[in-house]
Amino acid sequence: MNNFLQVLVVGIGDGAVYAMLGLGLVVIYRSTGLLNFAQGELAMFSTFITWTIWEVGVPLPLAVLGGMVGGFLVGALLHQVAVRPLGDPHLRPLATVIVTIGLFLAVNGAAQLIWGTLDKDFPKLFGEGQITLGGVAIAWQKIGAVLVLALMVLGFWFLFQRTKIGLAMRAVASNSESSALVGVPVPRLLMLGWGLAAAVGTVAGVFTAPGLGLGSNLMQLTLIFGFAAITLGGFDSPLGAVVGGMVVGIMTSVLPQYLPIFSKMRLAPAFLLILLVLLFRPQGLFGRKQVERV
Amino acid sequence: MSLLSVRGLRAGYGLVEVLFGIDLEVDEGELVVVLGSNGAGKTTTLRAVSGMIEAQGEILFDGQRMNGKRPDQFLAAGIAHVPQGRGTITDLTVEENLRIGAWTRKDGEVAADIDRWYETFPRLGERREQLAGSMSGGEQQMLAIARAFMSRPRLLLLDEPSLGLAPLVTAEVVDRLRSVTAETGAAVLLVEQNADLALGFAGRAYVLEAGTIALSGAAADLKGDEQVRRAYLGF
Repeated sequence: MNNFLQVLVVGIGDGAVYAMLGLGLVVIYRSTGLLNFAQGELAMFSTFITWTIWEVGVPLPLAVLGGMVGGFLVGALLHQVAVRPLGDPHLRPLATVIVTIGLFLAVNGAAQLIWGTLDKDFPKLFGEGQITLGGVAIAWQKIGAVLVLALMVLGFWFLFQRTKIGLAMRAVASNSESSALVGVPVPRLLMLGWGLAAAVGTVAGVFTAPGLGLGSNLMQLTLIFGFAAITLGGFDSPLGAVVGGMVVGIMTSVLPQYLPIFSKMRLAPAFLLILLVLLFRPQGLFGRKQVERV
Repeated sequence: MSLLSVRGLRAGYGLVEVLFGIDLEVDEGELVVVLGSNGAGKTTTLRAVSGMIEAQGEILFDGQRMNGKRPDQFLAAGIAHVPQGRGTITDLTVEENLRIGAWTRKDGEVAADIDRWYETFPRLGERREQLAGSMSGGEQQMLAIARAFMSRPRLLLLDEPSLGLAPLVTAEVVDRLRSVTAETGAAVLLVEQNADLALGFAGRAYVLEAGTIALSGAAADLKGDEQVRRAYLGF
């Protein structure tokens, strides 16, 4: 029983990180209707920015904020130079998705050029400590991940549901032409979406790096788990990203304990989940089903 | 001087030219219709006049040259555009559609305006929390008109409101539109295939054929015109 609770706690902690990356994917999806394959690499890049700021002696929490700002700028800049010139992503979805795959490779290469190919040690934002509850050890880092995730969800809920900018971002995602007709500056909002997604990704990267070591491939597994999370939760639902992330985290942590085959194939449960959801509930748990009358 | 004055308008898509130099005028508060069959260039005309596509020739609005300006500048000048197919922002609620319609406004009267539109279109008021995409075509058309009016335009461009609507519903939409324009004093440039409907609504009409203005005049005169009757009214 204790063993189960222990892997459950680990799973929830991992799930929080998948959910963070999923949130970034949801932000882009909600403003463009597209998946951003470069999301993980942007997160990795801004985690390197965080590391660089930390290494010169800045306290880690401040360095993370710096990394988020850096990530925002990099995300916004990449949108301006690589995505925006294609024109409206709603009219050219395939071209835009291919560009995000190109950015995946480019950002990965750029990180290797700048920071080399040796993994860096990355400190834990909430330290090495842990508390023990009923025989189950819970690392502060895991508790911190869940708390930070909760803050991010609140922030996004507020942005999308309570602010004019958030309303405009949802409008652009739903119908960019009509949004432009009422004066919404569509390209500028898409740029904002890219920046925000990268900033959120920074936090996911900061929580992933201590366990894996900070290298240019930092987020590649996490991205797959993030995709699985939002497939389960629904591409357009921040709440779905959280629930989906938790389910994926718990699955990948608990399943190998009981079915040894999954300890060799860590990604298998995620792919299986994506397949099952797409077969039986393509809109995900919390996603909006496309209902349209004309 | 006219509110909108278009001279020698040429526009198209890539190498395909659609409009071959058309002239048209809309006065302050005037209801004008452009009639034409499929492919005549009606939608292209509206897209040019709201800045969505580039156009040659001259577009003067309130004496100001609009050529080369961005769509949001057309809107700021006072031109609102209801696109063909109503342009419903399907994933937003009715109320959110109206709020986004007021995107360019900085004043504090947006909420009061929304309430006013609920009075004008009670069915929108009943459905304010409903997703706009789940409403009927007629309701979506009313929403599209209300959304466009949220920017407090002086000229409304309206692209085939009758498309896909039952005749009775169309009649209701047009009826409401007439009272709204009387109330707000906004001018309307309507493009339509349904000549009977459009000529009953507008005071003046243009007939667009293959990218040129074939005929123009008072709506009542055109309604009696042999050529128009044969081509558009079918009797």
